[in-house]
Amino acid sequence: MTETSDPRNQSIQLSWARRLVLQNRASIGTFAVFVVMMALFFYGNPKVFSDYRIYYSVLMTLPVAIFVVVPMVFLVTVGEIDLSFPAVMAFSAWIFALGVQSGYDPFLSVLAGLAVGIVLGCAIGAIVVYGGLSSLVATLGLSFLIRGAILIATGGKSIAVVSLKDTLTYQTLSGTVGSFPVQMIWAVIFVALSVLLYNRHKFGARVHCVGDNPDSAAQMGIDTRRVRVYTFVFMGFGAALAGIFSTMINFTWWPTAGDSYLLPTLAAVFVGGTPTWGGIGTIIGGTLGAVIVSFIQVGIVSAGLDGFYVQFFNGLIIILSLLGHRWNQIRYR
Amino acid sequence: MSDRLIELKEVKKSYGNVFAVGGVNMHIDRGEVVGLLGDNGAGKSTLIKILSGVVRPTAGEILVRGKPVSGWNAGKSRDAGIETVFQDRALAVQQTIVRNIFMGREITTVLGMLDIEKQRSEAERLMREIGFTSKVFSPDSIVGQLSGGERQGVAIARAIYNKADLIILDEPTTALSLTETEKVFRFVRNVRESGRSILFIGHNIHHVYDIADRFVVMDRGRVALEITKARVGSADKLIAFMEHIAHPNGPNPLADILARQGAA
Repeated sequence: MTETSDPRNQSIQLSWARRLVLQNRASIGTFAVFVVMMALFFYGNPKVFSDYRIYYSVLMTLPVAIFVVVPMVFLVTVGEIDLSFPAVMAFSAWIFALGVQSGYDPFLSVLAGLAVGIVLGCAIGAIVVYGGLSSLVATLGLSFLIRGAILIATGGKSIAVVSLKDTLTYQTLSGTVGSFPVQMIWAVIFVALSVLLYNRHKFGARVHCVGDNPDSAAQMGIDTRRVRVYTFVFMGFGAALAGIFSTMINFTWWPTAGDSYLLPTLAAVFVGGTPTWGGIGTIIGGTLGAVIVSFIQVGIVSAGLDGFYVQFFNGLIIILSLLGHRWNQIRYR
Repeated sequence: MSDRLIELKEVKKSYGNVFAVGGVNMHIDRGEVVGLLGDNGAGKSTLIKILSGVVRPTAGEILVRGKPVSGWNAGKSRDAGIETVFQDRALAVQQTIVRNIFMGREITTVLGMLDIEKQRSEAERLMREIGFTSKVFSPDSIVGQLSGGERQGVAIARAIYNKADLIILDEPTTALSLTETEKVFRFVRNVRESGRSILFIGHNIHHVYDIADRFVVMDRGRVALEITKARVGSADKLIAFMEHIAHPNGPNPLADILARQGAA
């Protein structure tokens, strides 16, 4: 006990600035990638990139990506993955669109869509976790199953929800303030709450521990299965939000809704600095990853390059980011 | 007798006709470090699993603080204040020390939000209590950055936070260097000073001899020797006895001591 009075044995207090940098090195790295990429785009076409309109068009659809990227960071951290979220996006948005089409209150239709997303997430999680299945393969199968069910039920027909336009629900969720898309505000709130849940909440702490060392977590009395199922539920909720917002932005629901989000979402998570092996991750990094992935497409075309270059540069940026994170991040065992 | 923390009476565990543990009598008192020795297959790990409640004994009696406990299982073991630290599986190495100590038992404020400040100060207090302090890391350091001995310290601090009265350390020094082993010993001594008990399992007899107050040597599922450090006198005698068990041709090197113990 005499040791405590010895100043050499006092644990050092890192300055808050240094701790902030150390704890957020992955997201800071991702931000660096974003800055370099935007600088190149700006250099390529200063006229387009000093115009607000290009940012407006990205900010319109960015929230949809954020709603699925953030829960995916939770899932990858807990050691799982979900390839069925695009189908859940479509299914929840379908319920929402059906509600609006049948003349129900749009806000109630939003709630119904979210409830369906939560139920689907719970079902997917239960099948994967209690069935003892690999989430990669099981959610691939479930993706086909859910998408197939939608196609059978709708006969592949889309639903127009133009009547939404003048409703209060639309204005509050997806309207514009001045020339700023309101959905971006909701996305920022979503990210802020998720950061708290991930870093400062009991649930987030357990997600980290279960993904890091499930044996240890179980020995310490954590119900590792329940934690994993809850993470899938959060993914279902995020997918429902994404599907509903995407339908509101386009005023149309398509049976193929969400399909184009699968690969960009996964790319955003990993570009953002969340490693594949579980136990750690970053919400801010994932969000920045979504921003990067959203800007690549717009950026390349606006920079004067042919649309055929999009995939090539997409791939280049993903690979370079992964190499950067590999170098920036040590894997502890 | 009031100091008796846990006692096993004729505890047996058989798999079919094979006895992994065949009638073990032993006890652990409050504030003592008991060294558990024995060759591979002697029944050490089965005994640990019985104590931690993972394996149910097929016969015998387990007494906690003098009272027999029926239907022994992992929950009752935990209620009795027994916590086992397994060498490899204990910690989430990519997480901070704080997160590991409070794993599954987080200190929260409203709506399940973590009480970051309280967890940090509590972690610092626990680490100080077992003499686990350093100028190179804080409670916010990642466990993966710590050395093997320091990782044992995190696991021990967690066990204390979980109100363990008996901490079972399964080969805590097996893969460690001399200085790292010394660190673990320092933690163990501090835990003993606080009145808690430790069951220390090891292959290296010198390590176990240095740290334990009393030794239990197992052989083929039974307790072959139960003796205090004062009576054994030296690590060499203990080693000689272990060799005698393995090759029981010559005379028992502890025969005279045991004879006196029997007479006493």
